[in-house]
Amino acid sequence: MSGVRVLVGTRKGGFVMTADGTRRDWTVDGPFFGGWEIFHMAGSPAEPDRLWASQSGGWFGQQIQRSDDGGRTWDPVGNHFAYAGDPGTHQWYDGTPHPWEFARVWHLEPSPVDPDLVYAGVEDAALFRSTDGGATWTELPALRTQGDGKHWQPGAGGMCLHTVLLHPTDPDRIHVAVSAAGVFRTDDAGATWAPANRGLDSGGVLPDATAEVGHCVHRLARHPSRPDTIFMQKHWDVCRSDDAGGTWREISGDLPTDFGFPIGVHAHEPETLYVVPITSDSEHFPPDGKLRVYRSRVGGEEWEPLTEGLPQQHCYVNVLRDAMALDTLDDCGVYIGTTGGQVYVSPDGGDHWDAIVRDLPAVLSVEVQTLR
Amino acid sequence: MTPPTGTVRVTLPQHLRRLARIDGEVRLDPAEPVTLATVLDALEARHPVLRGAVRDHDTHRRRPFVRFFARREDLSHLAPDEPLPAEVATGREPLHVIGAMAGG
Repeated sequence: MSGVRVLVGTRKGGFVMTADGTRRDWTVDGPFFGGWEIFHMAGSPAEPDRLWASQSGGWFGQQIQRSDDGGRTWDPVGNHFAYAGDPGTHQWYDGTPHPWEFARVWHLEPSPVDPDLVYAGVEDAALFRSTDGGATWTELPALRTQGDGKHWQPGAGGMCLHTVLLHPTDPDRIHVAVSAAGVFRTDDAGATWAPANRGLDSGGVLPDATAEVGHCVHRLARHPSRPDTIFMQKHWDVCRSDDAGGTWREISGDLPTDFGFPIGVHAHEPETLYVVPITSDSEHFPPDGKLRVYRSRVGGEEWEPLTEGLPQQHCYVNVLRDAMALDTLDDCGVYIGTTGGQVYVSPDGGDHWDAIVRDLPAVLSVEVQTLR
Repeated sequence: MTPPTGTVRVTLPQHLRRLARIDGEVRLDPAEPVTLATVLDALEARHPVLRGAVRDHDTHRRRPFVRFFARREDLSHLAPDEPLPAEVATGREPLHVIGAMAGG
């Protein structure tokens, strides 16, 4: 019997939620690592019972936890994230140089084929890799040195590397996104990097609206069958690239607002996209107190609100960048987690929604594994 | 379960006890002289998962929201190589590792 396992990271612990393919009745396990911030949990596509969790907190720092039994038991693995060499400085909020300092792991991206290979996107922004199941972590420093890292400046949420897109078939090709810096691409497994932000327009946010670096990219997504097409939710604007990030164009179209955090692609329809419009950068909640996921079935520009089962009054939660996921069952399921502690599932591609849970701590991340 | 051995007694906050799977106090035999540095060296050698959780991996600076108390005194600002009070070194008093108050 097919089913799903949803991995939910919150401000105060991690949760594992399972259901069969109907996605109606849920078993909720957790909290794991109670009291800690779980920025992200992810499962290995190569070995689905291998799960990863980024556990952090202001008091006791960073831990990485690994489960090899689908989340029943966990063990801490390596937690030493040392920047390569002398990392130098980046720009601080006041424009002065500030030493590069590790704060936390925002995102873990397991290899699609190797269960011992996993990438970690961290704050202060850098990309690390483990090839030994998380025991040790090594930085890929060329991203900072060739991506003009000394001029990166944190946004209000911190200077984080939050998105790692691994090419579905070519392990040397990786895109990453850094908050308030933009997209960077390598075609040689991280030896060299180049910015990939041409066509982005951040007027009103950047002094040079079309600068090569400095765009506040919030999230990237792609369909594995079309690796050169990448979708983006930017600080403002929803965008797409059809040449692997060589050029971008805006596809916000008729969205009520094009500010938001997550973006996702339907498992079986490469031109069907999902975003959660948020009022503005100064009001991080949905417009009109209505939580609406918007879907485009034509690759952008034309969007429809999805509301059935989602709160349509007095709703002022946010959906953070890592808090949307899509399963690969025949009827593609869509999942979102909110800063109000709700995790919603739509088992039919967004037409109908229901809450799996309503009262968790603020949700930081949602991932889903399709189990067959 | 093996009874705890060692002279120096260390108590840890709940988060770190759970992380290291520790019940009760930790007993350690750090290198002489008994200092914050040698006690933490011994603690991390016994429980490697605590590396980075009390002090920085590389600089060994105390994490900002960690405190060290003993004899009803705050020893957090003691130099890492300064000898700890005799009561701690001889185990008459435990060294308490504390998660600082968050305020609010």
